[in-house]
Amino acid sequence: MRFRKRVLLFLVPAFVIYSAFMLIPLLMSMRVALYEYTGIGDMTFIGLDNFQRLLFESPYADRFINAITNTLEFFLYTMVFQNVTALLLALALTRGLKLTGLFRTIIFIPVTISILMIGFIWTLILNPNIGVLNQFLEVVRLEAWATAWLGNEATALPTVAVVNAWQYTGLMVMLFIAGIQSIPEDRFEAARLDGAKGWNIFRHIIFPAIIPIVGIVTIMTLMGVFNQFDLIYAMVGSTGGPNYAVDLLGTLFYRTAFGGVGGQVPQMGLGAAIATMTFFMISTFVIGMLYINHRRKRGEM
Amino acid sequence: MIVTSFKTNMEVLVNPFGLPAGLNLEGYRTVFELGGFFTYFRNSIVVTGISLFLMLLVAIMASYPLSRYKFFGNRWIYFYFIIGAMLPTRLATVNIFEVISTLGMFDTLFALIAIYTAMTIPIAVFILTGFMAEFPSELEESARMDGAGDSRILFSIWVPLLRPAIATVAIYNFIPIWNEFFFPLVFINSDQWATLPLGISQFFGQYQSDWPTAFAALTVAVVPPLLFYLFASKHFIRGLTAGAIKG
Repeated sequence: MRFRKRVLLFLVPAFVIYSAFMLIPLLMSMRVALYEYTGIGDMTFIGLDNFQRLLFESPYADRFINAITNTLEFFLYTMVFQNVTALLLALALTRGLKLTGLFRTIIFIPVTISILMIGFIWTLILNPNIGVLNQFLEVVRLEAWATAWLGNEATALPTVAVVNAWQYTGLMVMLFIAGIQSIPEDRFEAARLDGAKGWNIFRHIIFPAIIPIVGIVTIMTLMGVFNQFDLIYAMVGSTGGPNYAVDLLGTLFYRTAFGGVGGQVPQMGLGAAIATMTFFMISTFVIGMLYINHRRKRGEM
Repeated sequence: MIVTSFKTNMEVLVNPFGLPAGLNLEGYRTVFELGGFFTYFRNSIVVTGISLFLMLLVAIMASYPLSRYKFFGNRWIYFYFIIGAMLPTRLATVNIFEVISTLGMFDTLFALIAIYTAMTIPIAVFILTGFMAEFPSELEESARMDGAGDSRILFSIWVPLLRPAIATVAIYNFIPIWNEFFFPLVFINSDQWATLPLGISQFFGQYQSDWPTAFAALTVAVVPPLLFYLFASKHFIRGLTAGAIKG
């Protein structure tokens, strides 16, 4: 399209609001990564010491590496439990079957519940003594599987990931459905005339058309997981569960920056350093994805 | 939660998962008789409604040049807009506080509206740009030839097609804004400007042992998000059929 400078005016309102109330304050705050700072009182400039501590100094480095590993694990679980499920549901819900509308609404309800409420409900369900899940396992004779889901180091992280997926699957379903529905109907008809069925239709028609949506969903999951805090806090507390088994970058950041546990002193500077490193990790992925997307579009033209 | 709100306090303590013996409306009475509740409710509606509207408007406008035009710096501006979704917002609290008090917005609903609008712009721009970039150019060409300007093209061609994406963005952001607790805690001082989550936390404080009342307050707070979802999802589905590109 021929470019006219006037169209840049469309950017102005969003740019002003976003810069003034979010981005500039955020970037100013990132500066404290270079200081020793508790949130009140004096700031001492210490250069890159905070980063050095995070990467090499015990116990900070142990916690930091542990949080990175957990975050990546949480991300993989979420991609499978949440996004693959969402894609399958979206495929099922775009075939014009009965009760589709009702089903879409039901799947979406968890998205509308507040995270604190979700934490409350699920910790009750998962409670080892009075929880419904273990009672159910007993009824179906699988009591050997029953465990303290959130108290067991091995199950805590996948369990929280499942609850997180349970909450957000509906949103991803909506995005996938929006993508699938915008495929022109005649492409399906042409494929059917050629005798294509199920899997082939998906592979050759649906999947290529929803690649951009897959990209959007992946990046949203990435940004969500790398800043995940509220649900973990609501389910296992800010220390990240049994022996830091669910300690993600988000919980580590909040605990470090704002203190909290047992009167621990807030270390704003170190917290900002964690946020900065997290930001670099996410943006590497995002820039990579944008680059791939750019190549794909060039290829199409 | 809804069930608990109809119980008596005794029933909650003795049998937390059972059904109540009868409908006990005591909890709801306590909630509605407290003068503050309607104020909190109104404040929450005003803040959430205006923030969402403003955010959608400016994000739709910003996504248009970013997705439909090629120009120098396009991708940098796009990246600038989504940085906000990659950093923990609360880190900026101290600096946002400075901006808010310089502008004289402390302890007003404007503070919350400004923050929520700014906070939700990144994901909105991200999703809307992603969808708008995929629309085929043929759709706008005939309108161009008829002499339609950019605002005409954006609002009468792309926005109707964007409906599913807009509905998704609106619903996705409604919930966190409606339930957001941290910023009112920091930026609101007087009771008359408190929002529902802040008010409910006081309920929990005051009526700590009074479970039915606390749960009645929570139940009432869940109604607007559900209504909003039902309303927006209707647009979502209508948008899908309108958006089906025949060609």
